[in-house]
Amino acid sequence: MIEVKELTKHYGDKHAVQGISFTVQDGEILGFLGPNGAGKSTTMNMLTGYISSTSGTALINGVDILEDPIKAKKNIGYLPEIPPLYTDMTVKAYLNFAYDLKKCKLPRKEHMQGICDLCRITNVKNRLIKHLSKGYKQRVGLAQALIGNPPVLILDEPTVGLDPSQMKEIRTLIKKLGRNHTVILSSHILSEIQQVCDRVIIINNGVVAADDTADNLSKKVSTDHRLIVRIEGDKGEILRELRSINGIIKVSADIEKEKGVYEYEIESNENMDVRKKVSTLAREKGWDILLMKTMEMSLEDIFLKITMGEGIGAADNESRSDTADLAEPSGNTDTNTDKDTETQQDNEKEGEK
Amino acid sequence: MGAVFRREFGSFFTSSIAYVFLAAFYLISGFFFYEETLASGTSDMSSFFYSILIIVALLIPVLTMKSFSEEKRQKTEQGLLTAPISLTGMVLGKYFAVFLMYVIGISITLLYACILSFYGTVDWLMIMSNYMALVLAGAAFIAVGVFISSLTENQMVAAVGGIISLLFLAMLDLIARLIDIDYISDVLNALAFYNKYNEFTVGIFNLSSVLFYISAAFIFNFLTVRVFEKRRWS
Repeated sequence: MIEVKELTKHYGDKHAVQGISFTVQDGEILGFLGPNGAGKSTTMNMLTGYISSTSGTALINGVDILEDPIKAKKNIGYLPEIPPLYTDMTVKAYLNFAYDLKKCKLPRKEHMQGICDLCRITNVKNRLIKHLSKGYKQRVGLAQALIGNPPVLILDEPTVGLDPSQMKEIRTLIKKLGRNHTVILSSHILSEIQQVCDRVIIINNGVVAADDTADNLSKKVSTDHRLIVRIEGDKGEILRELRSINGIIKVSADIEKEKGVYEYEIESNENMDVRKKVSTLAREKGWDILLMKTMEMSLEDIFLKITMGEGIGAADNESRSDTADLAEPSGNTDTNTDKDTETQQDNEKEGEK
Repeated sequence: MGAVFRREFGSFFTSSIAYVFLAAFYLISGFFFYEETLASGTSDMSSFFYSILIIVALLIPVLTMKSFSEEKRQKTEQGLLTAPISLTGMVLGKYFAVFLMYVIGISITLLYACILSFYGTVDWLMIMSNYMALVLAGAAFIAVGVFISSLTENQMVAAVGGIISLLFLAMLDLIARLIDIDYISDVLNALAFYNKYNEFTVGIFNLSSVLFYISAAFIFNFLTVRVFEKRRWS
C-alpha cells in the first residue's frame, strides 16, 4: 500500500510537483497519466527515494521513504524510464547483481528462474545486455524490478519505444503482476492506461487534475448530445438542412468516407435527443443514413478536457493534432485525418460567409 | 556494499581497464626498477619507490574515472540509489574495488624485491615500509579520484581532473617553496602528499603520516557520500 500526502518538489523557482496526494491499495494498478514534463517521473523518483521531496510524506507499506529509506526501498521494485542496465554484463550476471544488491533472501536459483520465465528472457540469459534489442532490455529492466518479489512495483513508462506486439506483451505481464502486487504505472499512452489500470490519476503541471477509475472518468462527461452520423447525399444540402434543425448547435463534416458519403459531427443542446429529428429529416429528403452513434468520450478527450480546461468540442478540434502522440498509432483512427478535417471545416466556414 | 564491490571489480576486467592499468603500471614501474635499482647496481629500492608515486598519481585516475561518472551517464546510478543500500555502502563498495585493483597492481614491486634478493641482500623491513607508504598514499589518491568522478558524467573530465588534482596534492611542497609567507608554506608543506611519502622512503615509519593518509581517504569518501546526499536533496 502506498500513501502519499501533499508531496511537493521544487527545483529552485520551478515547482515540479505541487502537493500531490493519493493512496494506492494493495493489489491495485494505478495509472499516472500526463503530458511530458507534468511531474510523473518526479513523483515516482520521490516515491522510490531517488530524490527527496521538498515537503510532504510518502509511505510505502507504512514506512516513510525519507525516515527509513532502506526499509522502504526493500518493498519497492522500480523500473525507471531508462532501465538501469549495465550493458557490459550478461543478463544472468546482471540479475545476480540485482539479487545481491537487494540483499534478497529467496532461494536464488528458483527465484531467478521464475522471474526469467515470467519476463520471457530465459533464452537470452547468457547474452550481453548491450547486444539485446530494446524490447528485451526493457524486459530485463522489469525482471530487475521484480527481484526480491517486492510488494510494490513502480514502473515509469514501461512500454515506451516498444513495438505494438511487445507493448501488448508487457501490458499483459503487468496485468498479471497486478494480481499480487501494488503497481504504479506511468504512461502518456491513454489506451494503455485504459487497458491495464484500475484507477487513473491525471497529473498536469505538477498537480492532480483527476483521480478516478477510467470508467467513472468517462461517465463523468456526458456525451449524449454529440452524434456522429454518416449520410449519403449532397454535402452542402445536408449541412444546411441539419443546421436548420432546432436544438442543433454545430455541425461539421469530416472527409469523404465512401464515395458520396460524409461523416457529420452533430452537437446539440445538452439533454436534448436529436436522433429522431435527424432520421426524420433524412427520410423526408431521401438521404441514406449509413451510421449513427453517440460520440464516445475517450480517455484522451477527458484528458484534454481536464488538462486544457476547455470545452470538449474545442479541445477536440483544436488540440488533436498537437497531442497526436497521446494516442497510440494503432489506437485512434482519426488522428491521421486531422488536417483534412480542419481544412475542410475552414473552407466551409468561408463558404458560409 | 558487497554487490557493488563485486560488480565494480568485475567491470575492470570486462571493460579491459584492468589490463590497461596493469600493463601500463608494469611497463613503467619495470622501467624505473631497471633504471633506478638494477642499472645503478644497488639493492636499495628507495629511489625506485620515490619515483613511483608520480606514476601512481597518473594511473589511479584511469581506475577511478568511470566509478560514478559512467553510472551517471548510463543512468544506472538510479538503480543503485533506489536499491536498499546506504550511500556509504555504495561509495565504499566502489572505493574498495578500485583499492583492491590498485593493490594487485603495485604488488609487482614485491616481486621486484624478490628478484633483487637473488643478487644481493634486501632490507625487507625497508621494502615493507615503502610498500605500506605506496598503499597508503594510493588509498588517499583513490578517494580523491572517486570523489572527482562523482562530480561529472564525463569520463575524460573525471580522468583529467583526477590527474591534475592528484599531481597538485602530491606536489604541494613545490608550491610551498615559491611562497614566502611562512604560515601558508607551512600549511602547504603539511598537506603535501610527497613530503609524507618521502619519510617512508628514507625509512621513517611515522604514525602521523599513516593517519594523514587514512584521514585523507576518509575525508574524500565522506565528501563523495555528501555529493550524492546533496543531489538527492537539491
